[in-house]
Amino acid sequence: MDVLLSVLDPDYFAATIRLATPLLFATLGGILNERAGIINIGLEGTMLMAALTGVFGAWFIGSPWLGFACGVLAGALVAWIHGFVSISLGANQIVSGTAINLLGLGLSSFLIRIVFGLKEQQRVVPHFDPVSLPLLADLPLLGPVLFHQHALVYVAFLLVPVLWVILYRTRWGLMITAVGEHPRAASSVGIDPLRVRYACTVLSGALAGAGGAFLSLGQLHFFQDEMVAGRGFIALAALIFGRWNPIGGMIACLIFGAADALQFRGQAVGLGVPHQFMLMFPYVLTLAILVVVGGKSQGPAAIGIPFRKS
Amino acid sequence: MPLLRMERITKTFPGVVANDRIDLAVDRGEIHALLGENGSGKTTLMNALYGLHRPDSGRILLDGAEVRFSSPMDAIAAGIGMVHQHFMLVPPLTVVENIVLGLKTANAPRSPLLDLRTAAARVRELAATYGLDIDTGAQIWQLPVGAQQRVEILKALYRDADLLILDEPTAVLAPSEVRHLIGVLRGLAASGKAVIFISHKLNEVMEVADRISVLRGGRLAGTVAAAETDPAELARLMVGRDIVPPRRREGRAGDPVLRIEALRVRDDRGLRAVDVVGFSLSSGEILGIAGVDGNGQKELTEAIAGVRAIESGALDLTGLAPSRGERFRNIGHVTEDRHHTGLLMSFPLWENLALKSSDRPPFGSPLWLRVDAMRRATARAIETFSIRAQGPDSPVSALSGGNQQKLVLARELGLRPRLLLAAQPTRGLDVGATEYIHQRLLAARDEGMAILLVSTELDEVLALSDRVLVMYEGRAMGLVDAGEATRETVGMMMAGMERHEAAVQGGT
Repeated sequence: MDVLLSVLDPDYFAATIRLATPLLFATLGGILNERAGIINIGLEGTMLMAALTGVFGAWFIGSPWLGFACGVLAGALVAWIHGFVSISLGANQIVSGTAINLLGLGLSSFLIRIVFGLKEQQRVVPHFDPVSLPLLADLPLLGPVLFHQHALVYVAFLLVPVLWVILYRTRWGLMITAVGEHPRAASSVGIDPLRVRYACTVLSGALAGAGGAFLSLGQLHFFQDEMVAGRGFIALAALIFGRWNPIGGMIACLIFGAADALQFRGQAVGLGVPHQFMLMFPYVLTLAILVVVGGKSQGPAAIGIPFRKS
Repeated sequence: MPLLRMERITKTFPGVVANDRIDLAVDRGEIHALLGENGSGKTTLMNALYGLHRPDSGRILLDGAEVRFSSPMDAIAAGIGMVHQHFMLVPPLTVVENIVLGLKTANAPRSPLLDLRTAAARVRELAATYGLDIDTGAQIWQLPVGAQQRVEILKALYRDADLLILDEPTAVLAPSEVRHLIGVLRGLAASGKAVIFISHKLNEVMEVADRISVLRGGRLAGTVAAAETDPAELARLMVGRDIVPPRRREGRAGDPVLRIEALRVRDDRGLRAVDVVGFSLSSGEILGIAGVDGNGQKELTEAIAGVRAIESGALDLTGLAPSRGERFRNIGHVTEDRHHTGLLMSFPLWENLALKSSDRPPFGSPLWLRVDAMRRATARAIETFSIRAQGPDSPVSALSGGNQQKLVLARELGLRPRLLLAAQPTRGLDVGATEYIHQRLLAARDEGMAILLVSTELDEVLALSDRVLVMYEGRAMGLVDAGEATRETVGMMMAGMERHEAAVQGGT
């Protein structure tokens, strides 16, 4: 009961939005990638590598913003590898993505120990603090929930309408959809499906990278092994639940964010339930949602199928 | 001066001369048919024109000026539009989105924002001009095939095409849609555009074209004016010999092998597709099922073959064999879509041939496959059915459509079934292959096989069948004996008239 009541409090909603942000970055990236016909199950590993690179960047350059930029670049680079393997070489996209996940897991654990040393693995680095937007933050109720957040939270949520307009109101969006649905038709009117797929994959990696760097620089302030903890996969669920639409994806991310925040609440309040069960909550919710919507939603027709010029 | 002139176009691929010094000239305002069997070089010639590949030698002139295309983009920019046989449309996008796909916005070339309203207005204007009725806001997947084809034509016109190439445009259309298309093409020609109409159907090109260029074996067999030729001459040019219509001996129907009573079958969407009162089929008889595509023929055949559940009614196959398993082994099934249900395209010929009987002698024992026996049988089938293939090991996808169909027939007839279901057995095949398959079916009938022939080609049904059943919206409009079946009566029944009404109207 306490948990339920404690939910009706601005802090809870603020936490929901904060926890939804890294998911949202990754989900938007996944949407862009899958709309162009490339499955990127490597989001998880990409986020992990970006979280690590972000920490390194922030530490060695001394600025969270430049650290974040390093994370974004690292994400783009990892995704470029996925692109090369699955677009240029035409390899199986699931296998390539899995390889990236495994690589990210091992390589990040290895590098953090090499660079920071065994004892100082969890060194706190320059990080982001919440920014209050002038005037808006003073609004009652909404102010603390919406307008006292990290700068990157605003960026992530602004990207939703931006991506929506790109996908549904521009020539580029039409090209991306065409390449994801029927690349040969796109090719017949002069679009190069391979280029479109590369662009979307690299941008998708940059977005996933933003999500990963936000996790380390915005939430944790240091790097920890396996710190992405399945968020890359939850982002895939969110994009399916959101039917490959940025707005739907955002709603899905907020639901997952709320579940995550609830899980933290539950731990803090102490429900008498082992905290491992609370930890499971967002993942169980993911499964439940996929069971309900999974079969019904249909993704782009040419997803996962390599395109070859005839 | 002709709009298009192709001079001595030659193109060789490893081992084949696909185009051998072909000349072609097309005027403005002309519908020019390109006629030829599959593999005669039509596609290669058009690909050269559309910039998909460079000819080895020869020149292409547009309005007297030589052009060189290195990609379809160049061809489109020069005013050439192609309507591919398999439409190049993106199903979830709307009509207008498909039309502007890949184009820079006309009024603001640098802006990435779409101006779909202006585009839709221009599409509607073009549509009105040429009688291409279309809903610009509809998504492609919602549209029937005929409307999708109109979108393809509009797509080319929107890009200011002066020369329109249509690759086998009628293959996917119902008879009424074909008439509409021909009207549209006439209008395009009348407004000064040139149309190249690729086809292998003689009657059709006679009806639509001003001039007809016939290709045979990669060479130009001749260019004739439609008004000065007849189907027999065209067939001769196309095949290089006279075409003999299949000759049907009087049949002797034996014992019934299939009896149907009050049969109802649902389609994939759960709607009732078949509601047939009853008919029977005997050995030594060909029962033709006529009808426009999609009137329940597919569901009926599949129900008989045992691959579709029946909703109610009686489907009696006891004439075939007493036990159920034996019964289905006595049915051969030439499915209507050989690419998806008839063959495994990436498998070699021998695996496809042995597919249905790999579990019994001579191809298999309970444990092992007898690969040698399969290969030998395939080599024999290649011989007897004159399948043009490199050998039993080449993949089926490397075969032409006609040879693929011969392989399907070789497999189904090779099992010596007592009942053969032949659904659209000659769809998409050229004259030679069609002729061959007709002969085979008639020969099988004469040996006592019962054949259910489903075809949307009325001529085919009339030429082969002993009796004709006409289907319309899942119902049987009537059963006619071969002697009494005329194009007129059967055609009217295909449009939904009962037999007696059709007989009155047709005056028979």
